[in-house]
Amino acid sequence: MKNKSHFVMSPLIMAGLILACLMRSVLAEEAEYTKQRQRLVDLIEVDVRLTGQFLGKDVLDEHVLQALRKVPRHEFVPENLRPYAYQNKPLPIGHGQTISQPYIVAIMTDLLGLTQNSRVLEIGTGSAYQAAVLAEVAGNVYSIEIIEALGQKAAGLLKSLGYEAVQTRVGDGYYGWEAAAPFDAIIVTASASHIPPPLIKQLKPGGRMIIPVGSRFTVQHLILVSKDQDNKVTTRQILPVSFVPLTGQH
Amino acid sequence: MVKAKPAYSLLLAVFITSACSLAYEVLLIRLFSIIQWHHFAYLIISLALLGYGVSGVFLAFNRARLTAVYPRAIFANLVLFALSVPGCFWISQQIPFNSVQILWSIQQFWFMCALYVLLALPFFFAANVIGLTFYQYRQDASLIYAADLCGAGIGSLSIIGALFVLLPDKILFVLAGFGLSAAMLVMALAFRGAFGKASVWMTLFMLVALSAFGLLSDMSLTVSPYKDLNQLLRIPGTRVVEQYSSPLGLLSVVESTQMPLRHAPGLSLNADSEPPPQLGVFTDADNMSAITQYDGNPETISHLDQTTSALPYHLQKLHRVLILGAGTGSDVLQARYHGIEHIDAVELNPQIVDLVKKKYAGFAGQLYDPDHVTVHIAEARGFVATSREQFDLIAISLLDAFGASAAGLYALSETYLYTEQAIAEYLRHLKPGGYLGLTRWIKVPPRDLPKLIATVKKALTHLKVNNPERNIVLIRSWQTGTLLVKNGAFSDSEIAELKHFCEARSFDTDYYPGINATEVNRFNIMQEPYYYQAATALLVEQGEDFIADYKFNIEPSTDDRPYFFHFFKWRTLPEILSLLGQGGISLLESGYLLLLIGLVQAASVSLILIVVPLALWKRKLGISSGSRRHFRVLSYFSCLGLAFLFIEIAFIQKFILVMHHPLYAMTVVVSTFLLSAGIGSHYSKKLSETIEKSMIIWPIAGISLVSTLYILNFEGIIDFLLQMNDLTKIICSVGLIAPLGFCMGMPFPMGLSSLSRTTPELIPWAWGVNGCASVVSAILATLIAMQFGFTVLVFMALGLYGLAALSFPGSVREG
Repeated sequence: MKNKSHFVMSPLIMAGLILACLMRSVLAEEAEYTKQRQRLVDLIEVDVRLTGQFLGKDVLDEHVLQALRKVPRHEFVPENLRPYAYQNKPLPIGHGQTISQPYIVAIMTDLLGLTQNSRVLEIGTGSAYQAAVLAEVAGNVYSIEIIEALGQKAAGLLKSLGYEAVQTRVGDGYYGWEAAAPFDAIIVTASASHIPPPLIKQLKPGGRMIIPVGSRFTVQHLILVSKDQDNKVTTRQILPVSFVPLTGQH
Repeated sequence: MVKAKPAYSLLLAVFITSACSLAYEVLLIRLFSIIQWHHFAYLIISLALLGYGVSGVFLAFNRARLTAVYPRAIFANLVLFALSVPGCFWISQQIPFNSVQILWSIQQFWFMCALYVLLALPFFFAANVIGLTFYQYRQDASLIYAADLCGAGIGSLSIIGALFVLLPDKILFVLAGFGLSAAMLVMALAFRGAFGKASVWMTLFMLVALSAFGLLSDMSLTVSPYKDLNQLLRIPGTRVVEQYSSPLGLLSVVESTQMPLRHAPGLSLNADSEPPPQLGVFTDADNMSAITQYDGNPETISHLDQTTSALPYHLQKLHRVLILGAGTGSDVLQARYHGIEHIDAVELNPQIVDLVKKKYAGFAGQLYDPDHVTVHIAEARGFVATSREQFDLIAISLLDAFGASAAGLYALSETYLYTEQAIAEYLRHLKPGGYLGLTRWIKVPPRDLPKLIATVKKALTHLKVNNPERNIVLIRSWQTGTLLVKNGAFSDSEIAELKHFCEARSFDTDYYPGINATEVNRFNIMQEPYYYQAATALLVEQGEDFIADYKFNIEPSTDDRPYFFHFFKWRTLPEILSLLGQGGISLLESGYLLLLIGLVQAASVSLILIVVPLALWKRKLGISSGSRRHFRVLSYFSCLGLAFLFIEIAFIQKFILVMHHPLYAMTVVVSTFLLSAGIGSHYSKKLSETIEKSMIIWPIAGISLVSTLYILNFEGIIDFLLQMNDLTKIICSVGLIAPLGFCMGMPFPMGLSSLSRTTPELIPWAWGVNGCASVVSAILATLIAMQFGFTVLVFMALGLYGLAALSFPGSVREG
């Protein structure tokens, strides 16, 4: 009997042990990722302090930092690149697309000046990491992706991570999202030869639009488009680093 | 052992090997410009050429073994060369190398090393064929070198021709076919007895199989997914409709059926019209321009009035306009929109003109056909230099893509469009009151436009224009800036029009005569009004101080130093490196740094190839203990390797200004140099027959005399040749280069011939040293030219030739 029960018990115990081990490793992994995220945010905070000049402040909005601490960037990169997910670098995600450098994501999100009530449109869902960060800061996020495979994957991923509120669509971003317009903020991550006039129209008075200019891996500078209460549109060219080309008394 | 003279069939095999090897080099640059980017092509191929250096060391170690089986060794290397040309390229395509990631990823570094090795293999085999033949028939070094140089000369001509008729990937197989044919020659004619019938059939079978595979297979190019063409092709409904190859680039025409292409760089934020349907035209899978659909209704193209380049059309009524770099025609369309009476459009690439004029003429609304539009297929600078007309507007807009331009990747490419002399030439072709319009991308921090302002000021001062600051205006959108230079001072009414134009489109006025600081930086706001500051400092105050203090190089480029895109300054590098982590990547002028990386790689690998065997295996190399003779050999052959290319590269550039077409200039200069050097090499045997060391003085004196004469009087030569027609220009250029090439072909075989009498075992090593030096030379030449100009480059080469003469490895006693 003793022996028999031993036999009956042992697979169960084994299974339990394995499960416990697995759980522990999953939990340990989660804890590790959380730690890495915190380190990344610390790094970004240091960089921002150094380049505070162009943002007009030394610290990013606490909500943005909180979002970066929370959104699991490793879920948005291919499996084999997970070890690098919390480095402050852009990474390839397939389809010739990249996930942006976290520092750039942080300052772009901050520059939009979002609140819980904001309505944001993103052109170019890509990995969906930016959309998830936006969703942590703003109440209503709409995101359009032109590449079908990418758009569907992103939509699924956002759902599975609990970002159900993010509205996604596969299609041409040139005409914006008429039905949900106007927006407090628009972020254009897809490359375009010019700023689509329909997008400017869909921006609320007082609204902001941000566009990174450059290639897939390197952002040359950022364009912040602002529409004032009189619908007058201006842009700011922002170099995300503290660099003055002129020296001396000029 | 005295060998018989090399058979003509063997010389022909050397000739073919050399031709194919040079063609392979040009082809690789073409292929890598398509699948990666041009600057990386340059980097990878410059190192792959070290296959020549490796071959020298390999032959030095194995010379005895290989000469014993010479026919078989040559045959094997020819076959391996033939198979590795397409084979190694195919394998290299399987490597997921992504050049844009190289700064972040160590893995990419290893991929790049793998590419180097793979691409170097064909050069290694080719160099074995030539180097081993030098050693085997050392008494006839001059004859073999002649075959080698003439082969390279013909190779450089043929590859340009081939690129017009065949897609680059197919040419790989043509080269392989030639390689196998050379192997057949060696087997069936040069050494008939050394091979069995079976090997003849085997080679023939390989030749047939390879040709069939080359014809039937579709070895499509694996283009980087991050190039613009591939990015666009991910959009549903887009496809490449057709492709055209030429040495000027691979053109791909793309249509988009579901979502229209909308290419309108620089469009005002206030624009409410969008561009009509377009076709994308990509050069080398990048650098997109658009053929715009035009039905004759100007309303449909009104967006073209919403860019900074439209400014001159609003300042006064223009009658005659010259568009330089017309491409797919958007600037011509802009001029037509503004009802210009006569438009001259200049475009270098005939295939692009064909697309607009023939293939898509209907789509483009017969853009280039009306009587008042004249299209010239010519190089822009050359067209202006030879034109007797004067214009109301000469316009040059955005000839380079933003991406590569912003990353500083054009740093290495010379352009004669924006030099001080070019600007002066344009200004001379303006009617009184006419404008020169230069439109460039806006970069943060500014680089191009400040440099252009400095250049324009210098040109105006040269033309003895009083108060040049009254002839210039600068406006800017968030994306593009247009600098307008007038032949005369801007009037108050023009300035009023300019303000009105900018206000309506939310463009900033950065500079106009009489501007004050409150009028700037209002719509497209920079942290500080950099463009206004730069323009006023450069035009009104002490411009030189501003240029010296600026953190990028904005000194005007000249015809002697035509590197407009070279913005790098050493002084700023530490600051930029410290900002890299924060997203300061945009500040890195990577083109120049890549060139430096190239130099460091090539120099260190060369050093390893030369120094390590010298330190460890002296005896194996053939150096007897206690002898110091190898130092002379090292010095002589490395000086020759460096100097030959210094002169060749400098004169390619100088002759671009004569022939005004980079492609023709390059082809004519390179092939003339090589062919005349081949003849010189053959002739050098006469000089080598006497053992007198002093004979080396003659060719070197000839080189010094002729190149000094040319380089110091080049402006006179250009002025003289400019009046001639194209054919006369080419014939005269050949006539000028040939004597120089003739002399330059002599020192190398004279050195080998002297070695063959004294220390023949050092021949393979000398061949390797020369190979390494040539690779380093090509990169070093560009760096020197960027820093000091071509004139200095030529004088440095003469210094090296002098050093070579001093270290000529004469009799054993001297060693």
